[in-house]
Amino acid sequence: MTVESTAARKPRRSAGTKSTAGKRTTAKNAPGTDPELVQLLTPEGERVKNAEYDKYVAGITPDDLRGLYRDMVLTRRFDAEATSLQRQGELGLWASLLGQEAAQIGSGRATREDDYVFPTYREHGVAWCRGVDPTNLLGMFRGVNNGGWDPNTNNFQLYTIVIGSQTLHATGYAMGIAKDGADSAVIAYFGDGASSQGDVAESFTFSAVYNAPVVFFCQNNQWAISEPTEKQTRVPLYQRAQGFGFPGVRVDGNDVLACLAVTKWALERARSGEGPTLVEAYTYRMGAHTTSDDPTRYRGDDERLAWEAKDPILRLRRYLEASNHADEGFFAELEAESEALGKRVREAVRAMPDPDHFAIFENAYADGHALVDEERAQFAAYQASFADGEGA
Amino acid sequence: MAAEKMALAKAINESLRRALDSDPKVLVMGEDVGKLGGVFRVTDGLQKDFGESRVIDTPLAESGIVGTAIGLALRGYRPVVEIQFDGFVFPAYDQIVTQLAKMHARSLGKVKLPVVVRIPYGGGIGAVEHHSESPESLFAHVAGLKVVSPSNASDAYWMMQQAIQSDDPVIFFEPKRRYWDKGEVNTEAIPGPLHKAQVVREGTDLTLVAYGPMVKLCHEVADAAAEEGKSLEVLDLRSVSPLDFDSIQASVQKTRRLVVVHEAPVFFGSGAEIAARITERCFYHLEAPVLRVGGYHAPYPPARLEEEYLPGLDRVLDTVDRALAY
Repeated sequence: MTVESTAARKPRRSAGTKSTAGKRTTAKNAPGTDPELVQLLTPEGERVKNAEYDKYVAGITPDDLRGLYRDMVLTRRFDAEATSLQRQGELGLWASLLGQEAAQIGSGRATREDDYVFPTYREHGVAWCRGVDPTNLLGMFRGVNNGGWDPNTNNFQLYTIVIGSQTLHATGYAMGIAKDGADSAVIAYFGDGASSQGDVAESFTFSAVYNAPVVFFCQNNQWAISEPTEKQTRVPLYQRAQGFGFPGVRVDGNDVLACLAVTKWALERARSGEGPTLVEAYTYRMGAHTTSDDPTRYRGDDERLAWEAKDPILRLRRYLEASNHADEGFFAELEAESEALGKRVREAVRAMPDPDHFAIFENAYADGHALVDEERAQFAAYQASFADGEGA
Repeated sequence: MAAEKMALAKAINESLRRALDSDPKVLVMGEDVGKLGGVFRVTDGLQKDFGESRVIDTPLAESGIVGTAIGLALRGYRPVVEIQFDGFVFPAYDQIVTQLAKMHARSLGKVKLPVVVRIPYGGGIGAVEHHSESPESLFAHVAGLKVVSPSNASDAYWMMQQAIQSDDPVIFFEPKRRYWDKGEVNTEAIPGPLHKAQVVREGTDLTLVAYGPMVKLCHEVADAAAEEGKSLEVLDLRSVSPLDFDSIQASVQKTRRLVVVHEAPVFFGSGAEIAARITERCFYHLEAPVLRVGGYHAPYPPARLEEEYLPGLDRVLDTVDRALAY
C-alpha cells in the first residue's frame, strides 16, 4: 500500500526550499516534500549535509565544482543555440534539455570511461560529459543522418527515439559485462513518460533476475509532452524499484552535486556486483517537449516560474560565489567560451552538407542484400537519366 | 561422423551445439531453453554442456528477450534467441522492427547486430490459437532483417550455421510440423549460399515455389501430378529476404508457369511479391498468370479446421490445373 504510505510526510528539511510547485503538482509528488529526496545543495546555494551521500563527493575540489558549473553553462548554451538553429530553419526539430542540466551533468560526470551510456534523445548534457562533440548530435535533427557518432568511441549509444527501448539494450549490455567478468557499469536514461512502457518494466525484471550492473536514471521532468506525471503513475517513480527487488532513490534533479553523488553510489553498487539501481532525478522540463510543442496549451506560467527559482545553474553559482570558489574572471571567461561554442555550433550546422543520394542504400545491411543492390542500380539508372541536364 | 540421418529439430540442435562450441560469443536465450531443452527440445542438453551463462532461461517477456539480445550483441555477443511460438513474437515486434532492423543503418554502419531470432512457425500440428501462424511477410517487409526458412534437416543445420555467422539480424523460421522429419545431414559438406534457392525437383510444365513446411507438400503434389503425366519443377526458396528472384526467373523461363505455395495468408503474402516481380521479369515467357495458394484472409482457425485453411495436396493440384489450363 505504497500510496497510503507516501501520505505520511515529514516537513522538509530546508525551509528555504518550501514548495512553490504549480497547482498541478500534488503533495505526493511535490519536490522537497519527500523526506527521501536527496539534496546536497539547496536552491539558495547552501550546502546541506547528508550522512549517506556526502562521501561520494567528499573529494570534490573547487576546480571540480567550477568544472561542473562550466559543463552546465556550456550545455545550456549549446541547447539554446540548437533551439535558435531550429527557428532559423537549419534544424528540423530540437529537443531541449533546458532545466535538466544538473541531472545530466551530475550523472554523466559520475560515469567512468569504461562505463556505457544508453541515452534517450535529450541527453545532450550526458553526451557532453562523454566527450561526444555537440555538433555530432545535430545531424539527426537536421535530417542528414539518424545518428552521427560511433557509439563505441565514447561508450555513448546512439539516441533512441522509441520511448524506453534503450533500457533493454542497456540491460543486455550490462548482462554482457557481467559475463565478461568486467567491473564496468551501464547507465540507462529514460523519462517519466517512458516509465509506463513495458520495455522499462521488462528491463527492471531482467536486470534484477540476472543481477546486471545497470543504473536506471529516470529524469522525471514532470511532463511527457502534455501529460503530467500523474498520468503515468500513482506512486513516486523511485518506489517502483522495490517491487522488482532493487533500491530506488529520488534525488533533487536540479542539484548537480546530489545527482553526482547518488549516481556514483549507484554505479559503485553495480560495479561491486550488487545489481541494478533506480535513480529518479526529480527535475523540470523548463522548455517545450520539442520545438514542435506548445506548452501554453497544457501548463501555466506559475509552475515554470516556481521551478525557475530552483534553477540548477543558478544554485551552483550561488554556492561558488558564497564559498569564494569562483571569481568574476572565471564567469567572464566562461561567458566568452559559451559564445565561442555557440558560434562554432552555428557554423558547423550551416556547413553540414546534405548526404549523398546513395546514402539511402548504405548500411541497410552489414552483409549486403540482393534487393538493395538491385534497387540501388535502378535508382542510379534513374538519376543518370537526368545527366543531360534536364530535370533533377 | 560426416553424414548422419537425423530429425530436423536434432539438426538445429547439433548446429547450435557446434556454434556454441566453436565461438564463445554465441549465446542461446529463450523461455524454457535450459533444463527443459525448449518445448520442442530443439535446445536439448545444451545448457547441461555449456552452462547457464551461455544457454539462458529468460523471463517470459519476448520484448525483453530481443531487447537484451540487442544489448548483448552491442557488447560483442552473438545471441540466438528462441521465440517459443510464432504467435508470441509480437511483443518483440517493436524491438525487432524499430531497433534490431535499423540500428546498423542508424549507426552509419558502426555497430553490427548478429542476432538470430528462431521462431517455430506454421500449422498442421493441431495446436491451440497463436501456435500455428506464418508471419514471415511481416518481417520480410522490414529492411534490415533477413528472413529464412529451411525445409529439411540438412538445410536446417547449415542455414543455422550461416545465420549465426551473419553480421545481420536473421529471423529464422523453423517449420515446426517438420521438426520430426529425418534427413541426411553432412556436417562436413560445404554449404551453398544462405540466400540462394534450390531446384529440389526438376520439371518442365510448371514451377512450384515454396519454402519451409510447404516444400514437402510440393514434392507430394509433383508426385501426384506425375501420375497424370505432368512434369512439375519444385523450387525451395529457403530465403524469403533476400528472395532469389533469379532462380525463380530461370525456372519460369523454362516452364512458363508458376504457382507459389505458402501457409501464410495469400493477401500481401510473399507470393504477391513473387507474382509481381516474376510477371515483370518473365512477361513474355508466361503462359498463365502467376497463381498463389495459401491461407485465407481470416484468423487462423481452430485446429479442427486447419486442414481446410492450409494449402493441401488437392488445393495445390487444383491450382496447378488452373495454371495449366490457360
